[in-house]
Amino acid sequence: MFRQAAWNEPIIFTLGRAGRRGHIPPEVEETVKKAVGDVYGLIPENMRRRNPPRLPELSEPEVVRHFVRLSEMNYGVDSGLYPLGSCTMKYNPKINEELAGSPKLGMVHPYQDERTVQGILEILYRLERWLAEITGMAEVCLQPAAGAHGEFLGALLIRAYHKHRGELDQRKDMLIPDSAHGTNPASAAMAGFNVVVIPSDRDGCVDVEALKAAVSEKTAGLMLTNPNTLGIFEKNIEEIAKIVHEAGGLLYYDGANLNPILCKVRPGDMGFDIVHINIHKTFSTPHGGGGPGAGPVGVKEELAKFLPVPRIVFDGERYRLDYNRPYSIGKIRSFYGNVAVLLKAYAYILSLGFEGLREVAEVSVLNANYIMHKLKNVDGLALPYDEKTPRKHECVFSAKPLKAKTGVSALNVAKRLLDYGVHAPTMYFPLIVEEALMIEPTETFEKEELDRFVEAVREICREAQTNPEKVLKAPYNTAVQRLDEVKASHPQTMALSWRMYLKKHATTKP
Amino acid sequence: MHEIDIKSIDELYADIPAKYFLKKPLALPEGLSELGVKKHVEALLSKNKTCLDMPVFLGAGCWPHYVPAVVREIVQRSEFLTAYTPYQAEISQGMLQALFEYQSMICELTAMDVANCSMYDWASALGEAARMASRITRRNEILIPKIIHPERKATLHVYVEPAGINVKEVEYNRETGQISLNDLESKISKETAAVYVENPSYLGFIETHVDEISQITHAHDALFIVGVDPISLGILKPPGEYGADIVVGEGEPLGNSMNYGGPLLGIFACRDDQNMIRQMPGRIIGLTTTVDGGKHGFCMALQTREQHIRREKATSNICSNEALCAVAAAVYLALLGPNGLRELGETIMCKANYAMRLLSKIEGLKVPVFKAPHFKEFTVNFDGAGLKVREAHEALLQKGIHGGKNVSEEFPELGETALYCVTEIHTEAEIRRLAEALEEIVSAGGRKSYV
Ligand SMILES: Cc1ncc(COP(=O)(O)O)c(C=O)c1O
Repeated sequence: MFRQAAWNEPIIFTLGRAGRRGHIPPEVEETVKKAVGDVYGLIPENMRRRNPPRLPELSEPEVVRHFVRLSEMNYGVDSGLYPLGSCTMKYNPKINEELAGSPKLGMVHPYQDERTVQGILEILYRLERWLAEITGMAEVCLQPAAGAHGEFLGALLIRAYHKHRGELDQRKDMLIPDSAHGTNPASAAMAGFNVVVIPSDRDGCVDVEALKAAVSEKTAGLMLTNPNTLGIFEKNIEEIAKIVHEAGGLLYYDGANLNPILCKVRPGDMGFDIVHINIHKTFSTPHGGGGPGAGPVGVKEELAKFLPVPRIVFDGERYRLDYNRPYSIGKIRSFYGNVAVLLKAYAYILSLGFEGLREVAEVSVLNANYIMHKLKNVDGLALPYDEKTPRKHECVFSAKPLKAKTGVSALNVAKRLLDYGVHAPTMYFPLIVEEALMIEPTETFEKEELDRFVEAVREICREAQTNPEKVLKAPYNTAVQRLDEVKASHPQTMALSWRMYLKKHATTKP
Repeated sequence: MHEIDIKSIDELYADIPAKYFLKKPLALPEGLSELGVKKHVEALLSKNKTCLDMPVFLGAGCWPHYVPAVVREIVQRSEFLTAYTPYQAEISQGMLQALFEYQSMICELTAMDVANCSMYDWASALGEAARMASRITRRNEILIPKIIHPERKATLHVYVEPAGINVKEVEYNRETGQISLNDLESKISKETAAVYVENPSYLGFIETHVDEISQITHAHDALFIVGVDPISLGILKPPGEYGADIVVGEGEPLGNSMNYGGPLLGIFACRDDQNMIRQMPGRIIGLTTTVDGGKHGFCMALQTREQHIRREKATSNICSNEALCAVAAAVYLALLGPNGLRELGETIMCKANYAMRLLSKIEGLKVPVFKAPHFKEFTVNFDGAGLKVREAHEALLQKGIHGGKNVSEEFPELGETALYCVTEIHTEAEIRRLAEALEEIVSAGGRKSYV
């Protein structure tokens, strides 16, 4: 039976004691001190800090214990199955962590002379080439810090492309399927586009007729995820690409679901003009509880000139950073990207190679179809869309029948799963499936683990019929029981920092 | 395969049109053993020279600071490292609490009320802050100082341009580097959504007229955005105490390594004002209770601002952020506490000013260019020595020292100028070595070209 640690760990501000500290900064040499004198003499009166920040005061062991306890109240891929759909929660190889922790990277400054950073530039340059090869693109830019950042860049590139052709004022529509992830419309809107939603058809794919009706001389582009968020491959991709291109728009590929097609088929060959890659999904870098990840963007030849500066170039002898790109959109962040994360992806590709990556794709698809097969007859779950169509990396079930019959919703099933020591699937996404449970097992969990998951879901659905109350109040075995999320967001009760909490609740202390 | 009744994996790909399948292998590596990967990557990395191989006096948005061993240990805990965003709060309390503590410590440091759990970096945080200010004020102009990091400025432009927001630059005083209050007064208007300043500024000096700037800004009902290097806030006045409405900054100095410029940690904080909070970008963790009210706990708050719910009307598209870097910052700040942070600030400022003193004694160098207090970075002008920054850099490199960043092209009006950075990691001996080397280089003079 799974039991998560429940330390009731106090908030760090209530720990420790005045005057304690966990780290001593390096000494200033006496001669230096003497030469400079009192530093406060250098700071004008009005700019000195009068009230010290009310940071906690703890010894080093206290800090370690506190955060170790917190870590014990968290759950990662190393803890167990993490079938969080759309997130590709695969195992993160430890060797990659070791390599990325090297001081030969950590202690390198981004503005160092190019001659002193040839090693890391070579790694980044090669990684760009490999990712271009994998996606079927001409060039790749490693700078975006995450998938959504890549989408924003992609949308800006679409903007730059139309502007260059003198059509930006006219091309304001970004077409986005109703099954798309929320970042797609949000990124398009941030880049100044109007979002036009394209409905899905009976197969869960882009409704081609609706797409035809939606395109016009106002079309800037289409943002598509393929396989889509139902785990279904957009089989009409050729026609879709043709429709969008003929209308003068560009085709954007959301790479969150690249895993199942690695080294099998390539977005570039399907007609996509721009792709982003979620390095922290497909290329095994750990997600860190919400980043850092990386979201490189690949483009076809004619868009390459718009990419952010600098570009890494190789003159046959030396790697350089090239800022001389007159058509570049500029910068979307400082420096060159989340390099420590990118290095792990480099090591991952290096360890697997072409054949290994292909196997990754195939096993991830096999695992998803296995889960689909095992769950499709479970009482209470429905499998929307044709069950004969093989899914790719993930499958989406609906708990609607269960809810109708027992009152137990997808949320409740998800919460109850936690009690089994399994992370819940993604819930309520994609929006076109009611009571959605989106399951992505990835290639790095064995059949026995998958069977345990299937058995847990089965049992929960059974329990929902016999003892719905029990499921409704889940979870029980986690660090805390169901939390009041409404309270967290209500203006009267919201406490978004310790000082805000103290202001509102002067008496009680957690 | 047996259980799902297929004979070949190909059957699971049968729905993909045949023409798309790769006909030949891609140009990718062969696949290596773990040891093979290790040797390969280490061989490449060994080509890099680091701050351990030579003293490096670079800053400019990414700074060398010491990372205590505890920080690395904690962020490598696999329960943190290998978790996704804490969507399932009950099983993710550890990450949620750590992020809440990070937010709370950023609030204490900046003297603001609310912080999010991170943006990608300072530059993108500034872009988002400008857009937020424009949404709140329904105005479309941002005033920024002329002295600003060029990459931050470029990022800001890219972020605001699609929203129809204009960026205008405010002149600085040539003597002191300080923002010209006259020019600010003349440029601020009913169109101004926000005024932005940085402290310490890009070129290392402290912007001292912040009270006046704040007052001018608010007199025009604009918002005051301040960009900070958080490691200065143990000794410098926090922006919340001089009227900042939004604070952005770079959290890399707080327990994160440079890593050739990424990942970074974008700081984002604002005041306790419902209107502002509702317009904030990014994930925010809130303190709440269990449904039965019995226990405290943490969860993601105000998700209705975010892309997965609000889609194209979201306050930002940000989803994955830099959460683990934020945890590193929380551990770092917890280790130092108020006293450690103050001492560290004193140490840094003392060493940097020591370096300034030594270098300013070298004939022909102007150090710093501006008459103003400097925290950890300062400008070195080579005009009087008849040297180009490039030449000095080359000569230093030959002596095994990496000089500061060349800013001559960014600010041509400052002549041949470089931006140097000194922190707690630099020893007196290293600073002396730098001074001696520069002295030699300067006395060899502009006569000799090193390139
Ligand atoms: C389909 C899809 N697109 C885009 C994203 C955004 O990626 P990131 O979180 O890296 O910004 C996600 C992440 O959940 C996703 O599932």
